[in-house]
Amino acid sequence: MRSFAPVLTVVGAIMVIWYGAAVALNSSWAYDKAKRADVTLSFSEMVADTMAQKKPLLPAPHQVVAEIYKTTVLKKITSKRSLIWHGWVTLSATLLGFAMGTGFGILLAVGIVHSRAMDMSVMPWVITSQTIPILAVAPMIIVVLNAVGISGLLPKAFISMYLSFFPVVVGMVKGLRSPDAMQMDQMRTWSATQSTMLWKLRLPSSMPYLFPSLKIAMAASLVGAIVGELPTGAVAGLGARLLAGSYYGQTIQIWSALISAAVLAATLVALIGLIQNITLKRMGMLR
Amino acid sequence: MSKEVIIETKGLDLTFETNDGPVHALKDINLTVEKGDFISFIGPSGCGKTTLLRVIADLETPTGGTVSVNGVSAHEARMARAYGYVFQAAGLYPWRTIGGNIKLPLEIMGYSKDGQEERVSKVLELVELAGFEQKFPWQLSGGMQQRASIARALAFDADILLMDEPFGALDEIVRDHLNEQLLALWARTHKTICFVTHSIPEAVFLSTKIVVMSPRPGRIADVIESTLPKERPLEIRDSKEFIEIAHRVRDGLIEGHSNG
Repeated sequence: MRSFAPVLTVVGAIMVIWYGAAVALNSSWAYDKAKRADVTLSFSEMVADTMAQKKPLLPAPHQVVAEIYKTTVLKKITSKRSLIWHGWVTLSATLLGFAMGTGFGILLAVGIVHSRAMDMSVMPWVITSQTIPILAVAPMIIVVLNAVGISGLLPKAFISMYLSFFPVVVGMVKGLRSPDAMQMDQMRTWSATQSTMLWKLRLPSSMPYLFPSLKIAMAASLVGAIVGELPTGAVAGLGARLLAGSYYGQTIQIWSALISAAVLAATLVALIGLIQNITLKRMGMLR
Repeated sequence: MSKEVIIETKGLDLTFETNDGPVHALKDINLTVEKGDFISFIGPSGCGKTTLLRVIADLETPTGGTVSVNGVSAHEARMARAYGYVFQAAGLYPWRTIGGNIKLPLEIMGYSKDGQEERVSKVLELVELAGFEQKFPWQLSGGMQQRASIARALAFDADILLMDEPFGALDEIVRDHLNEQLLALWARTHKTICFVTHSIPEAVFLSTKIVVMSPRPGRIADVIESTLPKERPLEIRDSKEFIEIAHRVRDGLIEGHSNG
């Protein structure tokens, strides 16, 4: 319970700032409307108006919550207007990209740890890959893959992978190198092979390093999937909802998609945290 | 009386290249270890006693001279898994039970499942840890962890046991107890043991042969054959003979130091 109090305090503070900002930002439109209708607004009338505009500059929290409720609970999941349907489109690409990125990242890390040549040659490229703005790369990946007949889930998953393999490589290189000299010597006294050392010592030792990387990778993966949905012409997914919303000035829709994406990311990261706790506890690495 | 020679070094030299220039870790080490010996390497830090043990174990490569273990090179001996090595720290894997830790070298060496179980219970008995197979390392005291790591080194068929200050981090009372246990274990298993220590009583109490080393460069200052009987109760440390041998070791250490 004690851990909830700080969280609730922060949420409360955000709400206060958000409502305040909504009033401040939306008030000029409220005054504009009143001026054209030739009425004068009292302060409370103005505040009431800023809370209920159709296309507010900044929608109030309860408007966003109402929109999310309307598009999740009140819509059929199969409907194109259902946020759950759009969320699933994004989630499936996120999870596939995350899995590919994690696999690729671990493979690269294993290679880097075992081969000095790979350490010297691959690592700089891994770092360079992350300095390129993903917004510039994403449309190219979509277009190129589309040209060879791959469309739908896979191109988005590739973009997710592009973003998510990086934290895994960095974390796993550190983790696979974490066994100390004594532990490595001990393996040598049993004349263990490199692959035995990898499976029995390096990989188990790397677990405390893997999970924090996975958390970052998961969040990056979601961002990748959303970015991947932007150049497809806003067909489906949370990214599409964001884009469509901004085309038509549907700020409430934008914000509800944003909040949904944030909740989705938080849930996924929390899930990894849960698996982390269970795993490390069972491995005797968390006390 | 000529016993089988297990470890032999001739004119062994080892120089480490460091950023501060070369360090002469071992100089002209000539040593013969016979089957069933209990050899202690004793000396101040920097005298190369651990390095010598590591050379025998093929964890360091000498820059000169030869080492033979079981009649072959140190490298071939390591590949043939000729020795069990006990490090200063127990080095048990936290994610494996005590039994799982002892099984680790057996898994690596490809023993059958039944063979693994059998050996685990046998060596746990030897180090008096029977019944702790399912416990995790953190559930054991430091002394018990070190005993488990000795059990792990005993689990496979190696006739040589190399021990690098295995009890260095333990308190005196635990250490006395483990020394007694180690002697009993040595008597039962007929292993050849090389033991690194910086404690004079420990070296005298345990060894059939004490190799006194001195630093800069690391070399052998004296080799003392112990005249103590094989049966050694802890009280033997108050005997005249024990004190005389300890005295000779101390003299060797002082002499090595003033010459160095």
